Amino acid sequence: MKLATKLRVAVLMGAVGLVETLCQTGAIARFTMIPPSEMASSLWRLLYAGKLQTDMTRTLLAVCAALTAAIVVGFVAGAVVHAIPRVRRTIDPLLSAYYSVPVFVFYPMFIVLFGLNDIPKIIIGFLYAVAAMTINTLNGLDRVAPVLLKTARVFRMGRAATGFRVVLPAAAPYLFTGVKLAVAYSFIGVVGSEFILSSGGLGYQIGFAYHNFDNRTMYALILFILGLVMIVNMSLHAWEKMLMARRGYQ
Amino acid sequence: MSDAHVALKGVTRVYQRAGQEPLEALGPIDLDLSAGEFFAVVGPSGCGKSTLLDVIAGLSQASAGTVSIEGKPVRGVVPESVGVVFQDDASFPWLTVEDNIAFGLNRQGMDAAETNRRVAQALALMGLNDFARAYPAQLSGGMRQRVCIARTLVLQPRLILLDEPFGALDQQTRLLMGDELLNLWRKTGATILLITHALDEAAMLSDRVGVMSARPGRFLEIVETGWPRGRDSTIVASPDFGRVTGRLWSLLRAESLKAMQYQTGAARP
Amino acid sequence: MKTALPQAGLGARAFDFAVFAGLVLAVWQLAHVVGGEVAMTSPLGTLVFTARSIASGELWPHFEATLGAFAIAYVLAASMGVLAGAVLGYHRLSGEVAEPVLVAVYSIPKVTLYPIILLFFGIGIGAEVAFGALHGVIPITLFTMNGVRNIKPVYIKAARTMRIRPYDLLRTVLLPATLPEVFTGLRVGFSLTLIGTLLSEMFGSRRGIGFMLMQAIGLHHMDIIMSLTFLLVMFALMANAAMLVIDHRLHRRA
Ligand SMILES: Nc1ncnc2c1ncn2[C@@H]1O[C@H](COP(=O)(O)OP(=O)(O)OP(=O)(O)O)[C@@H](O)[C@H]1O
Ligand SMILES: [Mg+2]
Repeated sequence: MKLATKLRVAVLMGAVGLVETLCQTGAIARFTMIPPSEMASSLWRLLYAGKLQTDMTRTLLAVCAALTAAIVVGFVAGAVVHAIPRVRRTIDPLLSAYYSVPVFVFYPMFIVLFGLNDIPKIIIGFLYAVAAMTINTLNGLDRVAPVLLKTARVFRMGRAATGFRVVLPAAAPYLFTGVKLAVAYSFIGVVGSEFILSSGGLGYQIGFAYHNFDNRTMYALILFILGLVMIVNMSLHAWEKMLMARRGYQ
Repeated sequence: MSDAHVALKGVTRVYQRAGQEPLEALGPIDLDLSAGEFFAVVGPSGCGKSTLLDVIAGLSQASAGTVSIEGKPVRGVVPESVGVVFQDDASFPWLTVEDNIAFGLNRQGMDAAETNRRVAQALALMGLNDFARAYPAQLSGGMRQRVCIARTLVLQPRLILLDEPFGALDQQTRLLMGDELLNLWRKTGATILLITHALDEAAMLSDRVGVMSARPGRFLEIVETGWPRGRDSTIVASPDFGRVTGRLWSLLRAESLKAMQYQTGAARP
Repeated sequence: MKTALPQAGLGARAFDFAVFAGLVLAVWQLAHVVGGEVAMTSPLGTLVFTARSIASGELWPHFEATLGAFAIAYVLAASMGVLAGAVLGYHRLSGEVAEPVLVAVYSIPKVTLYPIILLFFGIGIGAEVAFGALHGVIPITLFTMNGVRNIKPVYIKAARTMRIRPYDLLRTVLLPATLPEVFTGLRVGFSLTLIGTLLSEMFGSRRGIGFMLMQAIGLHHMDIIMSLTFLLVMFALMANAAMLVIDHRLHRRA
């Protein structure tokens, strides 16, 4: 293990230990925060009793819906915009400004439009993720070296063959980055919306526990969501590294 | 219509640039390459050598004049008998060395046994045996260029266009690769057009050397080397070799100066 | 391959943009016609309503609340982020230790942390500021860190050979060399701080634009929602555009 990795683990463990001590000694009051060990045991009990299943399924389904739509729409939009320079010229500045807009402010509008169901939060998750996919698709297509396209012509490949056998694999690393970001963003959009106002899902349960002063459940849920998202993000990161290693990159 | 393998008549290439005046990159060029000839092109940087290659291959449309290969006019499609090795690295980073080399054969639907045979042969020829399963990212620039050469050679093209293929190699390896290229040329009987910026390489390998002017590139002179077909790199020690390179340099010196002034002049706002 | 963009004149660009804006307005208007007044306020209706509510002055206390919390949060995020980024960029090992953690925190739904902040700070401006700053501080730290890391050692060597004093080195070499990256961080941090502030108002607050938005849901006041959303989006876009101009200028010079 690298020195930095060792240090990081040590620092993180030290931080958790410090919080544990502060909570145990009462320096941090129980109604503010419970000790990390209790968060973990509480989470274990919730999981064991199967109490999270309904909400977890609901959240994950919404994330999947938002993510799938974002990847498909983002990729197609990126490919189309890339093919039409004139549209590109108009869209580019909008894309670079996209993430300056606080997308969550659209949430109330969608609730009034579609009701307090899962559709508004899926839309928010989608809106958060779709631009990342579009931007990275454009970026990937931009970076296909012209000489590779020339090579395809020397092999007398048609449009479809060039697209599937040269352009796609050449742009793949960037597309993967787009997918990775889209995953993180659709989680942020969906869980955030659930938390603000919704009828169910993990984010909703956190808010519910907070309003009922149920700190044990609340902290367990927070631990769960953050752990879940972190594991998903890190797996994608590891997968990306593996794919790059398969192409011989270190 | 001449019976030359490659025939260019009054070929020019003008690049249209948005918001600027068009750029005359090439020509007019008249050139006949006979079948089985080894022709080298030298010229100052930016004079239009790569453009010439693109136009011959059919990758870029001549703005005026005609290009024909084996008697057929070239128009926007690369003829089947033509193989091209580009100046920039064109290896596919997502394929192993052997899959890169087999790429064109697979596209032609060649059967596996023959594909393997040809790939193995090309790997050996290019000194890539130990790297068959490596990925381009794990190779040096010179080795990647050899992958591209192998990928072209396995298709056994009758006309091979090479754009500074040894640019990334050190001088010794260059000479040895030159010998391999000569062997290959004799064995296959292919016509070769080699673009290079190394005068000694051009002088040693080719039957004729076309010396190009600064942009827009035209042929100032086509120098006959007069070497026998059975030559190899030991030729560099012969007095005639000095005569040929001397002639090339005396032609190019003024043009290279011109090209340099062009660039420094253009760099100023 | 980047398709060569034709160098279109300003007129053509403006035309294309107008077409695009027209399309957006048309879709909006269509939604209004199809859905009716309750479902969606028309573009014109939204504009008129916005103008009227600004003129009436009843929005001001809420604007002030949001802007106040946002401003404090942003100043905090900026100063802490630049400082932390400079330290982490200068001390390589610390940077290496911290970077993956920062990136991980950057890409989790931080909104789930808000109840914790509420428990520590209580409902009110303290929690809003803390949450806004939490959103903004990370990108500012990351960008600053990279800016400091990427100072070319040769600059410092060159300055040394010219016998420049440390203060002048900072002023004439280090600051100008890192400024473009730092500014990009500040621009991204601006947007995220705004999101954080608004989110906190939307979840638990008695004032501010986020609070107004949530209140309007219960009453089905689509016109209020539309006009506040419109105002916020315009504010965010205009602030970003202004900062982007500076950003581009700094990067071109660098
Ligand atoms: N697609 C293009 N559009 C506009 N100008 C181009 C294009 N391709 C090449 N040029 C210009 O045409 C001129 C000739 O380019 P070319 O690449 O053919 O030169 P070259 O002789 O191969 O140069 P080098 O020795 O650097 O390889 C150069 O000035 C180049 O900038
Ligand atoms: Mg060239």
